[in-house]
Amino acid sequence: MSAIAVDSLYKVFGKGARSAVAQLKSGTPRDQLTAKHWTAAVIDHNWSIEPGEIFVVMGLSGSGKSTLIRMLNGLIKPTSGTIRIGGVELGSLSKRELRRLRSEKISMVFQHFALLPHRTVVENVAFGLEIKGLGKPERLERAREAVELVGLAGHEDKLPAQLSGGMKQRVGLARALAADTEILLMDEAFSALDPLIRQEMQDQLLDLQSKLGKTIVFITHDLNEAMRIGDRIAICDGEVKQLGTAEDILMHPADEYVAEFTADVDRTRVLTAEAVMEPCGTRDTSAFPKVESDVPVNELYAPVLNSKAPLLVVDDNADPLGVVTPRSIIKSLSYDPAADHGTAIEEERQPA
Amino acid sequence: MIEYLRNWLWTYIWKPLPDMPFGDWMESFIRWARDAWAAGFDAVDTGLEFLYLHLADGLLWLPSGVMVLLFAALAWAAKGWKLGVGIGLGMFVVAWTPYWEETMQTLSMVLVSAAIAILLAIPLGIAAAESKAVSAIARPVLDFMQTLPAFVYLIPVVMLFSVGVVPGIIATIIFAMPPGVRLTELGLRQVDGEVVEAGQAFGASPARILARIKLPLALPTIMAGLNQVIMLALSMVVIAGLVGGGGLGSVISGSLGRLDIAAGFNAGLAVVLLAILLDRVTQGLSDRTPVARAAKLAH
Repeated sequence: MSAIAVDSLYKVFGKGARSAVAQLKSGTPRDQLTAKHWTAAVIDHNWSIEPGEIFVVMGLSGSGKSTLIRMLNGLIKPTSGTIRIGGVELGSLSKRELRRLRSEKISMVFQHFALLPHRTVVENVAFGLEIKGLGKPERLERAREAVELVGLAGHEDKLPAQLSGGMKQRVGLARALAADTEILLMDEAFSALDPLIRQEMQDQLLDLQSKLGKTIVFITHDLNEAMRIGDRIAICDGEVKQLGTAEDILMHPADEYVAEFTADVDRTRVLTAEAVMEPCGTRDTSAFPKVESDVPVNELYAPVLNSKAPLLVVDDNADPLGVVTPRSIIKSLSYDPAADHGTAIEEERQPA
Repeated sequence: MIEYLRNWLWTYIWKPLPDMPFGDWMESFIRWARDAWAAGFDAVDTGLEFLYLHLADGLLWLPSGVMVLLFAALAWAAKGWKLGVGIGLGMFVVAWTPYWEETMQTLSMVLVSAAIAILLAIPLGIAAAESKAVSAIARPVLDFMQTLPAFVYLIPVVMLFSVGVVPGIIATIIFAMPPGVRLTELGLRQVDGEVVEAGQAFGASPARILARIKLPLALPTIMAGLNQVIMLALSMVVIAGLVGGGGLGSVISGSLGRLDIAAGFNAGLAVVLLAILLDRVTQGLSDRTPVARAAKLAH
């Protein structure tokens, strides 16, 4: 069963939103609704997330991603459509049941940390457990474990005001982890942090995820971040423009909107040997140096330059998949959207 | 032309109007209420008088010298030794005037009416913060309560409770309550929306969010409201001297009648020193709320 599944999900803000949804369904574009004082935040989302997956929702501000994440834990009600958490439909729950679902199944990390300023680190981390009704000694004990997990041991009794931004967000993360829920919602969780701290936090999240295996929905406006941490990425602008792995999106952008985003991405970090290889053809590959298929391109430069022969890309069973040459790398890095979508896109992009 | 228009307005519009009735309505309402709710007013009268008398007796139970030291100790505990010394000196001057007893009476009137005003104001402020409708109704009522000249309250209140301490306390409660309501509402509305959302996201109930998140975070602002309530109560309690409220107010209105500058100045000085005591001690307490202390740590 999917951890989260949404089915023809719509959210429109404004009076008489239901008729706006009807208009969207019959093909009225989003811009025309704005003129009628409706804001269509989420349009026809249909997707599901498997347990243990990191699902990134990427979009610019106003693309409805914050609305979307708040619908997943019932803070905002959808205008139409359904959301299932572990098979349970949110719309069928009473307020009390919904609160219970939140405290047991879903926790959240916020952009500006949302910590209680008068509580110490460990008391903040224990907040979710307090709501669950755990006794003080037990919740503080578990909060301490979570604080240690995010690398803040020794800071347990400090107040949030005494911490740096990155440390504050670690507290926010520890609070979510301490609640021990299957699902973790992260709303622009690293967007308020400095670039270096941000990268550190991304690494830490991936590291924690490899141990904990949560289902994570991560919201961001930064495609580099999305590609770094996401198993799958949904690029949104009201509706889902494209949903796929980082490589899918880089190599085959669905439309011009997506292609524009991918222009800024550091492709060498996202693309792997498998994505840049050429067919082996009839060559004798037995003497070629071997390279694993999931090695990123930016780690292939040295081996490919130091070898007279091409590199042989192999899978987990050491079976050959293809070869990498300097030419194949350059070719895939200088990706031309026109080659994928005809020349119209290229022409339209020139004036911008 | 303008002359003509004025005459016309006067003759045909203004003159036929009956006398303005609002004041009469208020008067009939008060007279009616006095008879209809007599038992209720008696109970309130007895209750407030009981509170006031016992508090005043308590404050006058120890000799003034000991009380001066106790006030100094209170200020020290609330803020620090500097305030302790300052308040000690101030209260020493009060004890030196011939009006120590009246000052303690005034203080107990302030404490009784401010305590009741706060007990009414905080729940009302919470209701106004949670509900737009309550807020929309409360705002003009509070404006009215705060801007109606303080003396005006005394007239109907005296009618309902006759002269004495109780009408003074009632008028003071009404006059001093608005900032308590306003600042409670303001404090709650200013709480960071994301923190409230965090409470919701972790499954906290609205009551729990109020108790564990909103009220603690709003406490410094609510304390500022408490401070305002107490200061307004002091100013009103002095005016209530006009209706036999006792305490420093009676001394001041008496010296006004006799043009006794010396007595008036001494009593006025006692009011000022009492105001400083109440203001600084409540400010000291609001600096000690957990959120205010945490904010200080940041700098």
